[in-house]
Amino acid sequence: MLDPQRDYVLRTVEERGVRLIRLWFTDVLGNLKSFAISPAELENALEDGMTFDGSSIDGFSRIQESDVLAIPDPRTFEVLPWGDPKATEARVFCDIHHLDGTPFQGDPRQVLRRQLDRAHAQGYTFFVAPDIEFFYFAPPRAGAGPEPLDEGGFFDLTTTDVAGSLRKQTIRTLETMSIPVEYSFHEDAPSQHEIDLRHTDALTMADSIMTFRLVVKEVAASNGVHATFMPKPLEGVQGSGMHVHMSLFAGDENAFYDADDPHNLSPVAKSFMAGLLRHAAEITAITNQTVNSYKRLVPGFEAPVHISWARNNRSGLIRVPIPKRGNANATRIEYRSPDPACNPYLAFAVMLAAGMRGVAEGYDLPAEADANLFELGDAELAALGIEQLPQSLSDSLRVMERSDLVRDALGEHIVEWFLRNKRSEWRAYKTHVSAFELDRYLRAL
Amino acid sequence: MDLVAVFPEPPPPDLARTLDLAGYRWKAVGSADDAARNEPAAGWAGAVVACDSDPDAAWALCRALRKKDTPVSAILVLVSGSQLGDLDARHELFDDFCLTPFHPVEVEARLKHLFWRGGDAVRPDLVEYSGLVLNLETYQASIEGRPLDLTYMEYELLKFLAQNPGKVFTREMLLSRVWGYEYYGGARTVDVHIRRLRAKLGEEHANLIQTVRSVGYRFGQSRWGT
Repeated sequence: MLDPQRDYVLRTVEERGVRLIRLWFTDVLGNLKSFAISPAELENALEDGMTFDGSSIDGFSRIQESDVLAIPDPRTFEVLPWGDPKATEARVFCDIHHLDGTPFQGDPRQVLRRQLDRAHAQGYTFFVAPDIEFFYFAPPRAGAGPEPLDEGGFFDLTTTDVAGSLRKQTIRTLETMSIPVEYSFHEDAPSQHEIDLRHTDALTMADSIMTFRLVVKEVAASNGVHATFMPKPLEGVQGSGMHVHMSLFAGDENAFYDADDPHNLSPVAKSFMAGLLRHAAEITAITNQTVNSYKRLVPGFEAPVHISWARNNRSGLIRVPIPKRGNANATRIEYRSPDPACNPYLAFAVMLAAGMRGVAEGYDLPAEADANLFELGDAELAALGIEQLPQSLSDSLRVMERSDLVRDALGEHIVEWFLRNKRSEWRAYKTHVSAFELDRYLRAL
Repeated sequence: MDLVAVFPEPPPPDLARTLDLAGYRWKAVGSADDAARNEPAAGWAGAVVACDSDPDAAWALCRALRKKDTPVSAILVLVSGSQLGDLDARHELFDDFCLTPFHPVEVEARLKHLFWRGGDAVRPDLVEYSGLVLNLETYQASIEGRPLDLTYMEYELLKFLAQNPGKVFTREMLLSRVWGYEYYGGARTVDVHIRRLRAKLGEEHANLIQTVRSVGYRFGQSRWGT
């Protein structure tokens, strides 16, 4: 007997004439992976999963235990709004299991689910809403730097029209895929755009971000434009971040809200923030996982550098937006370091783990840092007890390796693989001789 | 009232009298083939099948009524105490049953319940409201003829709302009726899904689902026309 959700999926495939079902999952680095099955295979896939060779996926299996099982999550079944209307395609996100049915340790989706279940066991649901920034460029040419749309005669239309219609098309596509948009606008940097998604539970949101990145790129590509989530593509202008607004709900009550507190922040909110601040350095390798991520986390571009919090100070790591009067549900915190090139499943998992550690152990929230921290000297910062986020991928990997919190949240398999993979990325970067060095040293030394 | 098929031909006199007194229009059929030959253009509204005289023919009739493109969805079978065991393997073939000898008031009450549940018994599987059509059998939704691709929970929520137009539901009611109690997302989940539905319905239809301030949500116009 099929449960109603599976029945719904099978009937929809039949009624809508879906020709191909794409099974989606995510590797450890946050790349979307997919393989396609025919409608005839779907019932079996929903029941028993589809076997595939995991050793072909980064961060999945070792060779000797290479076969794993992709089990579709029927709640995430959606007909894809692009492509040939006569050969409709659909997608469904999968959980990855061992052949014996136990969850596969390298599956980021299940890592997040485990953290959400832990929080739920304590009575909390984790809601998130990301503000995602990205750039539109002309299609990259080998050897040439990124070419912003706003700068030159690449298009017949004026660039404002192009970017505006791209964004409109993107939002329409997102909304037909169950991803409602809160705001969207042109950012400060040339060719930079921001789309803010409406809050939802963290697992759905991580799935949504995977879909979002694909939709933004697909819509751009179909218009001859290249969209990128690279954290800092242009020197001298601000990079692309993914600020994450977070709140915990206990049933229908916002656990971050307290009517009696002068700032309406509950003790839970304060110790959650304290947990994020105390463990921020440990989780930075996950929230900012590329060499390039650290070129965004520098003073002067609205990106956080210091581990601090404030209500209305965009130089801190955590900002507490002031909600409209009386709106208890809107009380939330905004964690500002992550960038949109992260793996959203792992990033949400470690952010939640850090916050929940603070709640479990009743951490005290340090004083608010409302000065512009970029104007303070090292001695003043030290006196305030304010430290900096790791300054490079190498630094953040070193802190992460010693972190029990990250090991506990992500599991040994992912931590080991991630450290190995990212260390080799760092080594490759370290041996690279950059244009900066040649300009500065070749003649002078 | 549409025509109800009654088996066997002729039916037991007390059954015929009960149906007449309750105001049903009915026609006796002697077999599955007979039922097919005599089927009204709009289809049988339902069937009352007495199994005691010829159980094999009776169950064959039920099976035939269920196999039609639009299955007959209000089938009441009458069985004797010694036939109760026959029901076990045939639950998909009937909607309710009554023990013989039956009490006329009970048959009437059971039929009333079956037809209430089925609504328009000829096409019970369509929910329509101002351009929105939900086919409950195929799980497909459309708005102004354009297919609406929904996730399972979006579909279930829209179905529940559209089946109860004009009625205001709190988030908690929707959560327990649509998601069931085991779901732990809390009432915020309802808001999230309402937003997604409105986005998919498109701007011109988003107001099919109205927010009732500090109460919850209502599908379509209020019953009081406000």
